[in-house]
Amino acid sequence: MTELFANPWFHWAFYTVLLISFALGAVMGLIYIERRGMGRMQSRLGPNRTGPFGLLQAVADAVKVLLKEDIVPANADKVVHWLAPIVAFVPVLLIFAVVPFMNGAMLADLNIGILYVFAIGSISSVGIFMAGWSSSNKYSLLGAMRDVASIVSYEIPLVLAIIGVVILAGSLSTNEIVKAQANIPFILLQPLGFIIFFAAACAEINRSPFDLLEADSELVAGFHTEYSGMKFAMFYLVEYAEALAMCAIISTIFLGGWQGPVLPPWLWFLVKTFGMFYVMVWTRTTFPRVRIDQLMALAWKFMLPLALINIVVTAIEVVIWPTPAGLPWVLIIVNFAVAGILIVTWSRLMKYGWGRVETTLR
Amino acid sequence: MALHTEPFILNIGPVHPSTHGVFRIRATLDGEVIVDIEPVFGYLHRGVEKLAEQRTYTGIIPLTDRMDYITSMSNNLAYVLAVEKLAKVKVPERAEYIRVIMAEMQRICNHLVAAGAFINDCGAFFTPFLYMFREREKLMDLFEMVSGQRLTYNYMRVGGVSQDLPAEFLPALRKFLKEMPAHIAEYERLINDNEIFLARSRMIGILPKELAINCGISGPVARASGVKWDLRKADPYGIYDRFEFDIPTGTVGDANDRYTVRIAEMKQSLRIIEQAVEKIPAGPVISDVPKVLHPPVGEAYGHLEGPKGELGFYLVSDGGIAPYRFHVRPPSLINLTALRQMLIGWKIQDAITIFGSIDITMGEVDR
Repeated sequence: MTELFANPWFHWAFYTVLLISFALGAVMGLIYIERRGMGRMQSRLGPNRTGPFGLLQAVADAVKVLLKEDIVPANADKVVHWLAPIVAFVPVLLIFAVVPFMNGAMLADLNIGILYVFAIGSISSVGIFMAGWSSSNKYSLLGAMRDVASIVSYEIPLVLAIIGVVILAGSLSTNEIVKAQANIPFILLQPLGFIIFFAAACAEINRSPFDLLEADSELVAGFHTEYSGMKFAMFYLVEYAEALAMCAIISTIFLGGWQGPVLPPWLWFLVKTFGMFYVMVWTRTTFPRVRIDQLMALAWKFMLPLALINIVVTAIEVVIWPTPAGLPWVLIIVNFAVAGILIVTWSRLMKYGWGRVETTLR
Repeated sequence: MALHTEPFILNIGPVHPSTHGVFRIRATLDGEVIVDIEPVFGYLHRGVEKLAEQRTYTGIIPLTDRMDYITSMSNNLAYVLAVEKLAKVKVPERAEYIRVIMAEMQRICNHLVAAGAFINDCGAFFTPFLYMFREREKLMDLFEMVSGQRLTYNYMRVGGVSQDLPAEFLPALRKFLKEMPAHIAEYERLINDNEIFLARSRMIGILPKELAINCGISGPVARASGVKWDLRKADPYGIYDRFEFDIPTGTVGDANDRYTVRIAEMKQSLRIIEQAVEKIPAGPVISDVPKVLHPPVGEAYGHLEGPKGELGFYLVSDGGIAPYRFHVRPPSLINLTALRQMLIGWKIQDAITIFGSIDITMGEVDR
């Protein structure tokens, strides 16, 4: 078996098949979790008719969507309209290449793994913009424009937030980052980084409360208003696969990935990933949606400065305590204190809660 | 270098998730900012006013149900108030109390829908909406007990109400009255201080007091702008002068004020219902009114403080069995008159929020 995996061709083939089937299968799981979880949170049942506990609902939906007619608007840019779902979907699948399921169990252990994630991850917004532009629908275009605006703004705090982790781990490789969390997950050492990263990730993958590009209360369905049938299913898949990828990345760099006692590593990884997704479902059912200028203000005025300060603080800490022996309790306490103080003072500094833009009286 | 941009026109509606029916806002946008809007309605016009002129006075009651289908009890009541004024019919004491209970229950019902839909328009994914519908469901069960219907009740009659309260109604209502304050507190706890909700609703879509008065805006929308005007106090109809309640008003007249005024009004309605349940006398529920009414020649305007504003019916009688002229003063339509002034300059997202905060029913706007 080991010599089989030593063969790079077999390694690639095995993990490619595994990753694609994992992505597709887990997306169904996510859809089930989201719909049932949201049902519970909203004091209703959620889908419970198809199969035991409604488990087959996602399958039924997939079959339904496959059988639907594919409608292309008359004025659409046909080629771009056709290409957009693919351009959006492929980069999301590519992210999984550097996600370690177990120690070294990944398609490619790139030494710049984290950089690769963000380089690849933002490509799918090109697909989303293509979809919005080619549909020749004003709602789609508005949704696509919002997506580009939010991606441009949120990439920066997103990447800055993990620099602290990279400093602590001393590596950009995702597997090395997980190994560096053998003692303690980085969420405890980087609470501020985690909060910024989580919020920015929600914006990056267009989850609530930053799901402006498909804001159903104003933009109908946003960029995929004009998509139907399998192409719509592709966008639906992109949405959840992106969420899955982001949750996998969060659990890798902040929650200790496959590290954990008792349970097998891959199970730990899955538990953490799905747990993160549940938090996203929770925020979705809890929060209203921010406005586009508030979204921008939050990114540039709140998250960007805090992410920069976080980097400086982490760098100083690493210089003072180069190799913390055992559990670095001092660091945990200091970091939580710093995070709390920074968030509170920054809110006070801006006079209004968490990056709120007070609209002026006309 | 200044980029040359051109405004473009976006048709919001008529079929759109947030237009609360078939309403169309033809918005001219500069990027995301609204430069101009033109409200287009009439998609749901059924000619209720003309239809009513061919029906007997009692036969019109089901038509009023279908105007504002969220608040059919209030519509029934406003209409029968007008007919009673026209035909000079006396209403038994017990019926008056039942009417007050029904009207205030309907107000809570409407405000639950309005507040839930408003937070939904702010972008919350259905959670507050469904929480509020949970309580609305209980109210609809209560309505079903008395009228047999869940949405279009057809319960009020000229001279009273169609049937007495069933035995199980008052205990069920008392149970509801006991539970509801906790639920209102729950909504307030969950959403009122939510930072995003405040950011989305505070200082948005301000309706100045003068504009509200000049446009004839009434109901919670006017009260949110600081106009202390409530027909239950200003022109007490029925037996409203016997109850003790406050008129909650807003300060700025923004979307958030309109929401908080509605929540506060629900509490006041609960107070009124509590008093009415305490004092409700026994007796007949409908006075002796002929089956086919022939009101004397003349005209009458009956109005009440509906959940959405002043709901009035203007009737002209020529002595026949049907009104010669039947006219409605729909609060939804008249509250929409300031829409343009409220929307211009805001972003599309705000437009949806502001529109949601006015709380209209298209069935009533178009009739």
